[in-house]
Parts: sequence; C-alpha cells; structure tokens
Amino acid sequence: MIQYIPYNIPFIAVALLVGIALYILIFKRNMVKIVMGVAILGAAVNLFLVALGYRAGGVAPIYTVSPQGPMVLPVPQALTLTSIVIAVSIIALMLTMVMHTYRHTKDVDAKKSRTMKG
Amino acid sequence: MEFLTVHSPALIIALPLLAAFVIPLLGRAGATIRDTFNVAILGFTAFLVAVLAIDVYTGGTRVYTFGATVPEMAIPQGYMVPVRIMFEVDAISIFMALATTVVTIAAFIYSLQFLKGETGQERFYSLLMLLFVGMLGLELTGDMFNMFVFLEILSIAGAGLASYRVNMADAVEGGFKYIVISAVSALMVLFAIGILYAQYNLLSIAALAHNMQYNTLDMIALGLLAIAFVMKLAGVPLHMWAPDTYAVAPAGITPMIYTSSAASMYALYRVTFTLYGGAFDTGAIGWVVIILGVLSMFIGVMMAIHQTDIKRLMAYHAISQSGYMLLGVGVGLAVLTDPVALASYGRDAMNGGIFHIINNALYKGMLFLTAEAIFFRIGTRDLNRMGGLGHKMKWTAAFFIIGALAISGIPPFNGFASKLLIYESVFRFNPLLSVIAMFVSLVTLASFTKVFYSAFTGAEMPSLGQVREVPRSMLIGMGVLAACIIFFSIFPGLVVDAIVAPATDALIDQASYINGVMGAAP
Repeated sequence: MIQYIPYNIPFIAVALLVGIALYILIFKRNMVKIVMGVAILGAAVNLFLVALGYRAGGVAPIYTVSPQGPMVLPVPQALTLTSIVIAVSIIALMLTMVMHTYRHTKDVDAKKSRTMKG
Repeated sequence: MEFLTVHSPALIIALPLLAAFVIPLLGRAGATIRDTFNVAILGFTAFLVAVLAIDVYTGGTRVYTFGATVPEMAIPQGYMVPVRIMFEVDAISIFMALATTVVTIAAFIYSLQFLKGETGQERFYSLLMLLFVGMLGLELTGDMFNMFVFLEILSIAGAGLASYRVNMADAVEGGFKYIVISAVSALMVLFAIGILYAQYNLLSIAALAHNMQYNTLDMIALGLLAIAFVMKLAGVPLHMWAPDTYAVAPAGITPMIYTSSAASMYALYRVTFTLYGGAFDTGAIGWVVIILGVLSMFIGVMMAIHQTDIKRLMAYHAISQSGYMLLGVGVGLAVLTDPVALASYGRDAMNGGIFHIINNALYKGMLFLTAEAIFFRIGTRDLNRMGGLGHKMKWTAAFFIIGALAISGIPPFNGFASKLLIYESVFRFNPLLSVIAMFVSLVTLASFTKVFYSAFTGAEMPSLGQVREVPRSMLIGMGVLAACIIFFSIFPGLVVDAIVAPATDALIDQASYINGVMGAAP
C-alpha cells in the first residue's frame, strides 16, 4: 500500500508548513502565535529530515535481529531526534518568557507591549 | 602534557559543560565554593585553549575524532568517508576561541560582584558556562550538524541570560526577540543541512567541501545558511533584535552575546570560504557580503546618533562595527579566485576584517561593561539623567576613554590598526567603500564624544551625589579587557603576524582544511 503514495507528497507538505510558519512569524503580533509559528517551522524541518531518510522497503539498522534486505541509514532519524529535543526546550523557554511578559503587561500582543522603540 | 595537547579539543568543551551542570549542586554548599570552582574551571579551560593554540600555530590543523581509537584518524578503516563526529581546529577556529575565552573571563570576573544579592546566581553561572560551551563548540567543530547543535546551545543559554532580570518587562522582551531570531535561524541552518545531506550523505564540512558540486540545491542551501548567520550576527537588514537584546542583558552577558554573534560571523566565513570556496566563483557572494557590511556600517551608526539610552547606543555601534568585519572579509571573498588581486590587497583586507573581530570583542565588550557599571551605580541608562560621573568613577571614566578612542579608530589604539588595514586595502578594491568606512568612523567618534560629555564631564548632579566607584571585581573585569587593548595597541604588527595572518591563510586555503580530514582517503 505504502509504495503507491507519490514519493514527493511529504516534501510538498514541508513546503506548505514552512510557508505557513513564515507567514505567522512575519505577520502575527500575538506572542503565543509567534511561538506556534516556531513550532510549525520546527515540525516542517523535522518532517523534511524524516522524509529524506525514508527508503521504500528498507529495514531498521539493528544488526542482530534484522531480516534480510537493504538497511536504512539511521543518521536522518538521529538528527530528527536531536532536533525534536532542542525544539521542545526552545518552545518551553519561549512560553516562560510569554508568561513573564503577560505578568508584566497583562497582554501578549507584541505590538502593545513593546516598551522599547528604536 | 602530550595527553593534554592531544585531547584538548574535547576537554575544552567537556570541562565547562560539566561545570554548567555541577554548579547548581555546588551552589548549595555556598557561594565561595561555587565561585572558586568556576574560577578553576575557567582558568583550566583558558590554559587548554592556550595549549591548543600553540599547537595549532606551530603544527597546523588538528583533527579530533570522537570515539576513534586514535583521535587523528578521521576516516575509519574500510570506509571512504568520515562517519564520526569530529572537531577540526585550524588557525581561524583557535583565533575565535582565544577571543571568546578572554571575553568570557573578563565577563565572569565582572559578574562576581555585580550579581551580589541577586537571586538565581547558580542558574546564571550555569547558563554562562553553557554560553561559553556553545561559542567554543561552534568555533571548533568540523561537522555541520554539530554546528547546529552548538548554535542552539548558544541561543538557549544566551536568551536565558538576556532575560535574567525577569523583574524588568523589557528584559523578557529582549530575551524573547533573541530566542525567536535564534530559533528561526537555527531551523534554517538545519534545513540547509538536510538539503546537503540528501545529496552527499555527508555531514563533515571537509568531506562536503571535497564533494561539492555547486548545483542549484547547493545554492539554495548556501542562501539559507547565509541568511541564518547574517540574522544571528545582526547585520542590517536583519538587525532589529540586537539593540533590544544588548540593552537589557545583564552586565557581563552583553559582551558575551556580542561575542556569540562574532562566532556566527565565523560560521558565515567558514561556510562561504571553506564549504563553498574552491572552484566556485565567489565574486557575487563577496559583493553581497560587502553590501551587507556597508549597510550595517552606515545604518548602524546613523541609528546610534540619536539614541539616549547608553546601551542601545552602544548596541547600534556594535552593528556598525560588524559592518567593518563584513566589508574587510567580503573584499577578500570577492577576489578569492583572482590570485594577483588577492595577494596585492585581498589578503590585507581580510587581515583587517579578522583583526577587527578580536579588537572589537575587546573594546566593545569593555564599553558595554562601563555602561553597565554606570547603570549599576545610578540605576538608569538614560544619558539625559547622567552628568559629572567622572568625578567619582575615575576608573570607569578612564576605561570608557580607552574604549571610545579605540572604537573610533584613533591612533595609536588597536581599532586604528585594524581600520587602517581595511581602509588601505579596500581603497584599492573600490575607493568609494573606503570613503564610506572613514566617514562612519568619524560619526562614531562624534557619537562617543557626546556620550563622554553627557555622562562623565560637567558639574556633579545633585541627585547623583552618593555615587561611588564600582566594586573591585567589576574594575578587574574591565581591566582585563583594557590590558588586552593596550597590549594590542602597542604591538599590532606582532599580533597580526602571530595570530591574524595564520587565521586569514586558514580561511583562504580551503585545500588544507579538506586535506586535514580527507588526506587519508583513497
């Protein structure tokens, strides 16, 4: 079943997600939405890496109990795992900052809460 | 000793990283123990950086492969390509590491008494060590994905530190801006790494450069990497975050965040020179870097003139000074494929740009520290509410004068040495660029004269009658940087020959970087 899915659908999804994320980051003023934009961008890049690592019919590279057949190189998956962990910590840090800003200004709208002007 | 030399690249990263997680535990035992531990770790790391520097300057590029039986063995037996994570330290990497270490030590000493009485000191020092690790790792690594990881470590630690004073609303916002910019740029770097990996199945910089085919996808990756690093080094037009973040970060941290943008600049050079150098005509990229440099220089200084917040003013000057580094190295990049032009002025321009990186880390760092010393005593960054501070804060005023003269390029200070190299060589490339650079330098002098007059001279303000000189550790912190500035000012030729010129050659000589890893490959 899985091999009938066109090969580049994941990449189209990546492009869409990156587009949405950039739109949010550039045009939205709400700090929570900006955090969501970063999260979507992170998801897009992770999807890109995983899609790169996919090989139709490949098996997991566990030498001891693997069945016959081509093995998948595990590097993209390792990269994705690292990147997911980093994304989680970044988003957590950003949310604490949003929380502190809200505590100070009772507002998460970046436009209103800018106390510093160039 | 032999053991230290061989394993220093790994230990330089491992020690501060260990310290970062031990500090919160030690903090429970008391502040004195914690500070002693920090001093010991930083001192030993600085010693290791010095050992590695001597080794690299005498013996050439050093490769350290993690997990290999012999650290120099970059490619495992039976393989054609490097598969392990590795550090590759050449002259430019170690040059950046030296600058980072000096600034970190000064910032740390300065923070000792600055932080007295604040809460959450363990976390502050913990993050400071992580920021240090992030910068060093970014500078020493020879692996693209590793570069991304250290970029993220640096960003998270930097953002946490920038918003350390959460009781101030603007501090949190400065930190938020920084983390958004950092997260986006780091994800762009990761995307570019994905594109490169998809084509070559490689992550090592040297191996990628060896196999680079310069096709359309590679160009897209180059564009992503360049935008990401320019964003991170606060070059105009992606500079909006810098004044906000630099202005609110606590003392000691502003110079470090500034140095971390210099580390991003190093990453930009590493990518453009080493990863994409070689057969590819870099003229167009060189011009893009030059234009970015001139824009940063000019717009940065113009924005600085009318600021009244002393740290925002200095932050705009920091953007403007980054322009000089981009200009100098950009000229080198533009003529990289033309050996005659490279020998006659391109190399000098790059020397100037790279020398300016370390000079600027020193005097800009010190100026940020003096600004924060004033804030420490009078509780405001507003220039209109300062005056006559020179009577009471004599040392701070003296340090400020040294920094201000150096940044404006007044002889005999080190800023003059590096700017002169840039003016002379850029003049032969394109006279107009040189004229703009000199004009920017003049405006910088005017702007710092204004700061000096409004903050340090004049009659004492009645409201500031109680102001005293800052505590000793803060003076020592500034003194470390001032001593380096004076040393660099007296012996510019020595410094250029000993550490700057090898760094420039390391950037130009792509083949030897590749050879450091791929030399053993069949």
